[in-house]
Amino acid sequence: MTSPTDLTTAQPVEAGTDDTPQAPAAAAAGAPRAGGGGTWHALRRDAGAMLSLGYVVLVTLAAVLAPVLTAVSGWTPYAFDQSAIDPNLGGMPIGPWGGVSAEHWLGVEPGSGRDIFARIVYGARVSMAIALSATALTTVLGVSLGLVAGYFGGRVDLVISRVMDFLMAFPALIFMIAVLSALPASNRSALLVVVISVFGWPYLARIVRGQTMSLAQREFVEAARAAGAGGTRIVFREILPNLRSTIIVMATLAVPGYIGTEAGLSFLGVGVVPPAPSWGQMIAASVKWYAVDPAYFVFPGACLFLLVLSFTVLGDRLRAVVDAQEGR
Amino acid sequence: MPRFLLTRAGSGLVVLLLVCLFTFVVFFALSPDPAVQICGKNCTPAVIDQIRGNLGLDQPFWTQFAQFVAGIFVGRTYGDGAGAVHCAAPCLGYSFQSSQAVWDMIVQRLPVSATIAVGAAVLWLLAGLLGGLLSAVKEGTFLDRFTTGLTLTSMSIPNYVLALVLQYVLVVQLRWLPFPQAVRFADDPGQWFASFVMPWIVLAVGYAAAYTRLTRANVLDVLRENYVRTAHAKGLPPSLVWRRHALRPALTPVVTIFGMDFAGLLGGALITETVFGINGVGKMAADSIARNDQPVIMGVTLLAGFLVVVGNVVVDVVYTAIDPRVRVNA
Repeated sequence: MTSPTDLTTAQPVEAGTDDTPQAPAAAAAGAPRAGGGGTWHALRRDAGAMLSLGYVVLVTLAAVLAPVLTAVSGWTPYAFDQSAIDPNLGGMPIGPWGGVSAEHWLGVEPGSGRDIFARIVYGARVSMAIALSATALTTVLGVSLGLVAGYFGGRVDLVISRVMDFLMAFPALIFMIAVLSALPASNRSALLVVVISVFGWPYLARIVRGQTMSLAQREFVEAARAAGAGGTRIVFREILPNLRSTIIVMATLAVPGYIGTEAGLSFLGVGVVPPAPSWGQMIAASVKWYAVDPAYFVFPGACLFLLVLSFTVLGDRLRAVVDAQEGR
Repeated sequence: MPRFLLTRAGSGLVVLLLVCLFTFVVFFALSPDPAVQICGKNCTPAVIDQIRGNLGLDQPFWTQFAQFVAGIFVGRTYGDGAGAVHCAAPCLGYSFQSSQAVWDMIVQRLPVSATIAVGAAVLWLLAGLLGGLLSAVKEGTFLDRFTTGLTLTSMSIPNYVLALVLQYVLVVQLRWLPFPQAVRFADDPGQWFASFVMPWIVLAVGYAAAYTRLTRANVLDVLRENYVRTAHAKGLPPSLVWRRHALRPALTPVVTIFGMDFAGLLGGALITETVFGINGVGKMAADSIARNDQPVIMGVTLLAGFLVVVGNVVVDVVYTAIDPRVRVNA
């Protein structure tokens, strides 16, 4: 199983190549390590992966710099512009493509005249923040519970596995909507992250558990145990570093799912609360207008689709590279 | 094998009971007082008390939960004396909004959701299996790479976005299809098909992509197995190797996933039904959530949980039938 690449990347050189927290944690001598510099080199030659990464970086920048961008474009996401819509046509934006002009770069919202560019960059903030937080939370939950279940086995494993079975058999979408609609809207974003994560972690935990079970049988773990290392130390210092590439791939593939879930919940009206902008909400609002003002649907729809696609392609390519390195 | 089945059914029942309890706890803890909601505008404290009494809302939590569960199996009676209402065996309570029995509401709409699920399943199985087989056989060619690109794209389109695009292009612009309406097949087959074809496509696209990838990966794995190489080496004609040795192990995992996915869809396609305005279980769920109609939400959640659990058990049974390796361990 141990391919040459695993051994070569087990050099200390790779510690600085990426910023995962596990990187500096030294494993016992001889422990195979995957990922690191080789992965990045392989990805850099992949046009699809690089294009996707470019778009993800673009959206991230737009999200981070949203206040600066809207200061430049001149419109905040909450400002109404009555001069950009035609009251005689039921509030249709004036001009082609939903009112695209030098004033409003991506046009305006029909009915209210709010600037679509501003709402999209602020919406990117919401989407990215929620999706990334949910990914972080699911990863922490999934990895720690999967590690514990896989390494300690026995009754601990039984309990954790049963909880996972239960959560995966649960009609999550209906339940998420019900909970979100029943709870007060005061801190919807945090609630969204928690609800998404509660139903999301078993999918990662299941894989981590399986890999931990097989890693626990390997010689380097046995060596560590013989050297007197305790259970916690073995799990976090010996086994966890070997799961790095799996975790990175799974996390990357989880992000698009959560972006979609957040947008979907906002689309159904139980996600981000108006007037805070969100892509899903904009698409939901565009339903009433799409026959007469398709541009209002096209901009947020395309942004959402491209972001999900980019993360999916990135995760897929990352997985292909990692699989090849591990010699599967 | 019967014993194995019994254990599976037993653990399924436990999961269902937990789903029940979990939903009940959440609604018990979170919902605003339903009695006040039912009572409406011209309300007096006496009326509220009476409603509470009739619905059993004045009972402690565990009594209410026990009554709810008992209602599902043996039915229950609300209130007492002359005004008592009996709710027959699969009793999920009454809608706060329309006062209809939740069970009847579900039964009414289930055929619509089933129609959507079956049609979509046929489409995605056809596309997924064919696509996966083709791209595995032609591994590394242009066709394979094209299929992979297509699956990634299809997986990334949120279904409501696809639904709106289809509706805009096919209905508004090209006028090839009418706006979807729930028509029975017997009444107007043409309109029936035209109404359901868009939901079918919208639902099938995502699944078809996932199934293509799954099938492709499985077939490639199986083709690398020693026994397939042996079969080729023995001089068996390739078509026989495929039929007898490669296809069955490659397709068994698809059966597992399909059981789960299909069971999940039977309980209503919430987003798709809402976007197309088709009145199935999914749209009913969305509507009842918007109106905070607690008994209906609970009923739909339970139904969905029940279908997934049953789907799991069915998959296990089918699995033992088609994969001899499982039988030994059972």
